[in-house]
Order: sequence, then structure tokens, then C-alpha cells
Amino acid sequence: MASNVSRRDFLKSTALTGALVISFYLPLGGGRKAFAQQPPAKAPVPPNAFLRIGKDGICTVQVKHLEFGQGVTTSLPMLVAEELECEWSKVRAELAPAGAEFAHTAFGLQMTGGSSSVTNSYDQLRTVGAQARTMLLQAAANQWKVKLSDVRAEKGFVIGPGGKKLAYGALAEAAARLPVPQDVKLKAAKDFRIIGKPTRRIDSADKVSGKTQFGLDFQRKNLHTAVVAHPPVFGAKVKSFNAEKVKSVAGVTHVVELSNGVAVVGRNFWAAKKGRDALEVEWNLGPNAGVSTDALGKQFRDTAKGPGKTARAATSPEAYKAAAKPIVAEYELPYLAHAPMEPLNCTVEVRGDGTAELWVGSQFQTVDLAAAAKTLGLDPSKVTLNTMYAGGGFGRRANPVSDYVVEACEVAKDVKVPVKVVWTREDDIRGGFYRPMYVHRVETGLDAQGRIAGWNHTIVGSSIVAGTPFEPMMVKDGIDPTSTEGVADTPYEIPNLNVTLHTVATGVPVLWWRSVGHSHSAFVMETMIDELAAAAGKDPVAFRRELLAKQPRVLRTLDLAAARSGWGSAPPKGRARGIAVHEAFGSVCAQVAEVSLQGDTIRVHRVIAAYDCGLVVNPLTVEAQVQSAIAFALSATLHGRITLKEGRVEQSNFHDYPVLRMNEMPLVEVHLVPGGDKPTGVGEPGVPPLAPAVANALFALTGKRTRSLPLSTRST
Amino acid sequence: MAKFHVNGEQVDFRGAADTPLLWVLRDQLAMTGTKFGCGMALCGACTVHVDGQPTRSCVTPASSLEGKRVVTIEGVAATSQGRVARAVQAAWIDKDVVQCGYCQSGQVMSAVALLGKDPAPSDADIDAAMSGNICRCGTYQRVREAIRSASASLKKA
Repeated sequence: MASNVSRRDFLKSTALTGALVISFYLPLGGGRKAFAQQPPAKAPVPPNAFLRIGKDGICTVQVKHLEFGQGVTTSLPMLVAEELECEWSKVRAELAPAGAEFAHTAFGLQMTGGSSSVTNSYDQLRTVGAQARTMLLQAAANQWKVKLSDVRAEKGFVIGPGGKKLAYGALAEAAARLPVPQDVKLKAAKDFRIIGKPTRRIDSADKVSGKTQFGLDFQRKNLHTAVVAHPPVFGAKVKSFNAEKVKSVAGVTHVVELSNGVAVVGRNFWAAKKGRDALEVEWNLGPNAGVSTDALGKQFRDTAKGPGKTARAATSPEAYKAAAKPIVAEYELPYLAHAPMEPLNCTVEVRGDGTAELWVGSQFQTVDLAAAAKTLGLDPSKVTLNTMYAGGGFGRRANPVSDYVVEACEVAKDVKVPVKVVWTREDDIRGGFYRPMYVHRVETGLDAQGRIAGWNHTIVGSSIVAGTPFEPMMVKDGIDPTSTEGVADTPYEIPNLNVTLHTVATGVPVLWWRSVGHSHSAFVMETMIDELAAAAGKDPVAFRRELLAKQPRVLRTLDLAAARSGWGSAPPKGRARGIAVHEAFGSVCAQVAEVSLQGDTIRVHRVIAAYDCGLVVNPLTVEAQVQSAIAFALSATLHGRITLKEGRVEQSNFHDYPVLRMNEMPLVEVHLVPGGDKPTGVGEPGVPPLAPAVANALFALTGKRTRSLPLSTRST
Repeated sequence: MAKFHVNGEQVDFRGAADTPLLWVLRDQLAMTGTKFGCGMALCGACTVHVDGQPTRSCVTPASSLEGKRVVTIEGVAATSQGRVARAVQAAWIDKDVVQCGYCQSGQVMSAVALLGKDPAPSDADIDAAMSGNICRCGTYQRVREAIRSASASLKKA
């Protein structure tokens, strides 16, 4: 297999403290001008390198992506180790800091998102392993004065003629002085020893004993804590505040006005929090003081009655009007908070020598570093961003406007002591950057033969990327694909599918939320397909199969879920099954939910998932990610809803923004479709099918369609 | 002001009396294994043991701890509950439970308290004891499996 690394600008290794270090420097350019503030490539010294082999034989992989649950500290080292031929027990993982060499190979900036951590690293990190192995082999061949073809690598040793052996650790220093081979041959999948093998996570032991350092756990001499009073209404500005009274609270050291609120800084969290409790701010509420989700719902529904900008044009856009059995449906999907378990935080130290350092669990190292440098008035080369473990994120730590990083830098610039900004749960739930609220209107129906006559689909919602550096790259002809994905590109062969989009600014900050546009589009598509199947008097699986005749991968996945769930047989007494299938991030996931009603309460007992995510690197992780996606999606399906009244967010913590608890967790079965030749997305594609599968099961139970989420708000 | 024990060591806390135990641990004692998640005893990330009882440290003021014995994730494997704690931690690793890991200190502390009281809990007992611990990664299924596995290993030993 040809390596694409040979196309990179250059590649080098360096000998340092006797370790073999391999790092890559990737070219910048193309469509990446928006990130012109990307930090320059630094000297290739640890830790800015992908792999370090020490004299002790320990192979340390720098993990360029954020570890926030998805298991990259295990799966990415697996890619290196596969080619390196080292002992898995000698492999360690470290989180890479911000650095140009750690850029995403497809997107050109260092980031974690789009279910792409493994897919974009698959060739790159196997190549790193193969290059290092080749250099170790060459070093041994040189030492023994034999040909490269006379030596081979096995379990952390180079074996030579007559069974001579040298450990990698003993060869690392000599290997580091050799040139990095430009062309290395990568293994065929049939020869994999590590990739594809269920492999336990590297980070478990530290995480079950409280040793892992999350961003919130970072400590430093003289570290202060800041708690920020954010505006009660998005965009409100500070008019005045009672700084003197707050400064009299024991332990409070500074009160700082910021561009988006007032920070109270103290010697510890509790002092800062009590200071904020004593803080009284007068605000200029601004234009968003009247925002209410009830009014937005009405506005969106009215807007949806007219066509928006075309995302997909039908040959006969009005064909649906000729339906013998017309169906018109309006769907409303709420704002959703990410609510990661670790509240947002960022630590900043600004030093007297004109440098600064950050410690933050960032999904967007490149963007956050550039924003920090700009806020601090420093050249990006003077700023170091250390990636910390993050307690979840789901998109919230990938903010194009770096809100909480900028905030922490504003505080640090003012107070001139190391400071950690800590958000409380209330700050998190009320802090905006939600999954956007959407209304979909679908006008469709069946012709006299029971086939879909046409499908006119109108989407109303806010654009996630509008006004961000991503807009010029992602928005084409006025269409933000994160609003229409999963509809405009549906795998179903729907005749006369016409899709239009109204992009509406609401004043409520929005952001990607695990599975992005698919988090709302799959619900609409898969419940409407189910509704059409019922109208046609057909089995929901059989009806879908007809529309997927040219989609073998989607069909296979649908069939696997149906077969493993016992589709067609009677469900256990009192329960009904619902099915949904959706394609996202290059993968296909089908789910069958088994649901009952206990009074008005929905119980999801089992979810049978079939998953085609291409070549599976770590089956244990993939299974975990499907369980995780289902739990995350079920939280939103049953309970998730952020509402606003008079500009204020009405929820604040887990009592009024409930999330799934263990007693609501269904038994999840995961069945992988075998046979992929390269990995496709894993972390997100399990989210979209869950809500429609549950809603379709609820219809099978009650005969009533539910077109809004969460299901807890449905009328019964 | 309060005098109490944390993992067997005497602590003489002289800060504000209303300071929650969570912040005494994290900010005064630099023991960051116990996590902040909600501040309202809703999520369980801050679970510690106070005189053997699973307790939400985020709403437990230091002043209420006079003379009490606090055990945290950092110390639980070396206490009288050590055998149970080590079985729980080993099962967590074996079943590959953790994802982001942020809630897992609290999950482990709740599970140790459960198995310390009842080494053979039913599925309903497990749900009842663990539903106060939120995991946004949704590791619940493997948490259940790990508790059953730890229970089995404690029976064998």
C-alpha cells in the first residue's frame, strides 16, 4: 500500500535523550486560509512527535486527538503498534499539545470531530509505525553488518541471522540517527495482529482510581479560580456591578469585567463562587430579551409553509400534490445542551516574559490557540496549549468562537496570576451553544399504487457555522449542510424529493451536538418513512427495502438489525418494536427498539443495533460507542429540551434538564457488519436512528404518531 | 473549622465552615480524584464515603464532618473496604467500563458501598444503588456487568 506521507513537505527524525522520535510536518494551504493564525511548526523535539521509543523499550504515542471517551488513547496507538511490531504492553499514550504537525489529515487543523479520529489517522499512524520499525531494523542490520533483508521485527525485538536479538530500546538511539524512509509498505489487513482484536483501554487503571488529570484537575502554584457571571440573556452587556461588596467576600481577590460578563476570582473555587453569589450586575439586556421558544416554534412553523433555499431540487417539485393519500406533517425538535459531565474549564498562565500557557480539554486545539493568542495580544508562537483529558464534550469543546477559552484568557490577562475559569453546571446548561432548534415540514403521500408520489421537505433552523471561520468552507449557495444532512443526501430512492432550507437567526448561540444535523434529520426521515409504510399497509422493513434497492450497504445493515431483533415475530407481551436506519459519517446504523408503556412512562427495554463502520480497529470500543450513542440519544429522545422565556433559559441543572440514568438504560446488543476495507465513523452514527426507532415503536404500541421531541412532552 | 480524617489522615480544616467537602478535598488537599459535576447532589460524580456511607461531597459542609472518617477514591483500595474496592476496580478494567472516565470515581465509590453492604445485589438493587450516578457517556450497561462480575469474584475469594 502506497503511503501518502511521501507527499508531505518533509519528514524527519531526531536523536534526543537516546529516544527514537518521529514527527511529521504537514503542509498548510489550500482551503485553510481561514486558519492563518495556526501556530508555526516548532522544532521537532518531544513531545511534538508522534512516537518516542525510550531506552527502556517503552513506545509512547502522542495522541493528536482529544480523549473524551471515544477511546483514541487506545485506538490510535493500536495503529502505530500494528506496524511497529512492538509488545502492546510496552505502549503508552500521551495527549499531544497544540502543534501544526498534529493537524487532522483531511481538515488541516488540529481538531476532534466528525467521527474522524481513526479514519484520518489510519494511514498516517500505521505509516509512523512502519517507518520506525524500518529504522530499528536498519540500525540492527548496521550493527550486525548484515543486509536489511536478513533481519526481522518481532514483539519489540529485531531478530538477526542465527537468532541474534536486540531489543528496540537498545536500538532506539542508533535508529534515531538514520533517515526516515519515505516509502514503506503497510501490512495487508489479513496480517493484522492488533487491529481488529478486542483491546482493553489503556486509560482504565488511572480512570478507576481517580488519577487521570482532567482539565478541571490541573494544579499549579498560586493558581486562582474564576467563576463568571454570564449575561442572563444572550448578548446582554454589563452596565454596572457592585465590585467593592464582592471584594469583601473572604478569599476573593479580583472582580473583572469581561466582554461577556463579570469574573469573580478567588483563592479557591468556593471563595470565587461565594463572591459570584454576592455579585449584583445591572445589564443592558439588548435585542434578545424577548426571545421565547414558544414564539420561535410558531415563527418556524409559519416560515416552513413557504419554500426556502434549495438544497435538493426535484424534477417535479409539485408531484406530491397528486398523491392519492396525501400526508402533511410538521416536526419540532428542541434546543439541546451537551451537558458533558466535566463542566467547562480552562486554565491560563500569562508570564512576564511575553509567553502564555493554557491547559484545556479542547476539541479544537488550533482554533483555541489562535483565539487565545489574539485575546492575549501575543504571537501564536508564544502560546502553548496543553491538551487535557476531557470529561465528555459531544461537540461543546469544539467551538469556532472558543467562548470559554477566550473568557479564561480575558481573566488571565487582567489578573496576571495563573487562573482556572470554572463553569458551574448552571453556567453550562444556560451557557448557549446548543443543538439548534428545528422545524421540519414534510408534504408527501402515496399514489394509487401505494408508491411515494413526491416529497416536499422544508427545514427551518439556525446555521451552526454562520459567522464563523467555517462558513466560507462549508456553506454553499446559502445552504449550511449541517442543517440539511440526512435529508438532502438520503440513501432512500424517493421520487421527486425536493428539499429547501430557511436559515433563521434567533440570537441563541448554536453548535454541533453529537451527530450534528443527523440528530434531527433522522428522526423526521425515519418516522415519516414509517408513516408512509403504515399508509401503504406494508411492513416497515419491507417498505424500506424497496426504497433501498440500490444501497447494498444500507440494506445489509437494515437486514442484520431486523434478523437479530426477531423482526416479524411477536414481541414480548406489552412491548412493541420500532426500526430505523440511517447513514452518517460514512457509516450505517440500524436499530430496533423494544418499547412498552407503564402508565404514561415510556420504557425502552432493548435496543438491537446493526452497525457497518467499515474496518473495525477495536471491537470493544465500537461496541462501547454504540452503547454510548444510544444512551446519549435516549436522554434527548425522552427528556432533552432547552426552552427560553423572555430571553432566559428556563433549565439549570440535572433536575430540570434530566439525562438518562441507569434505571432507564436499555439492554443494548451490537452486531457488526463484517468486511470493511477501511474504517468509517464510529462515535456519532449510533445516535441518529435511536429516536425514530423508539418513536416508531411507540406508534406500533399506541397507533398515534409523535412528531416532536422529547417524547416526555407528547400529549397522551 | 473542623477536624476529621481523610483516608486515615487527620485533617484540621480552618477555612470557611460552609465549604463543601468536595472543595476541601480538591482545593485544600489537592486530591482531585473526587469530581465536581453538578453542585446539587444530582449526579454522584463527587461521591465519597463518610463513616462508610456513600455521600455526595458537593453538598456536605466541612462543619458537619467533625470527628468523621472520610474515604475518597484515592484511598479506598487501602481501607477496610479495600478488598471490595480492588475487586470493583479490577472488574471495571476487565469489562472495559470507562469512557471519558470523569464520573467513574463516583461510580466506583457507589459500587464499593453497594457491594460492601450486599455482596450479591439483584439487578434491581444495582439500579437502585447506582441511579444517582450520572454517566453522560452511557457506560451503564458495562457498569452493571462489572458490578455483577465483582460480586462473583468476591463470592469466590
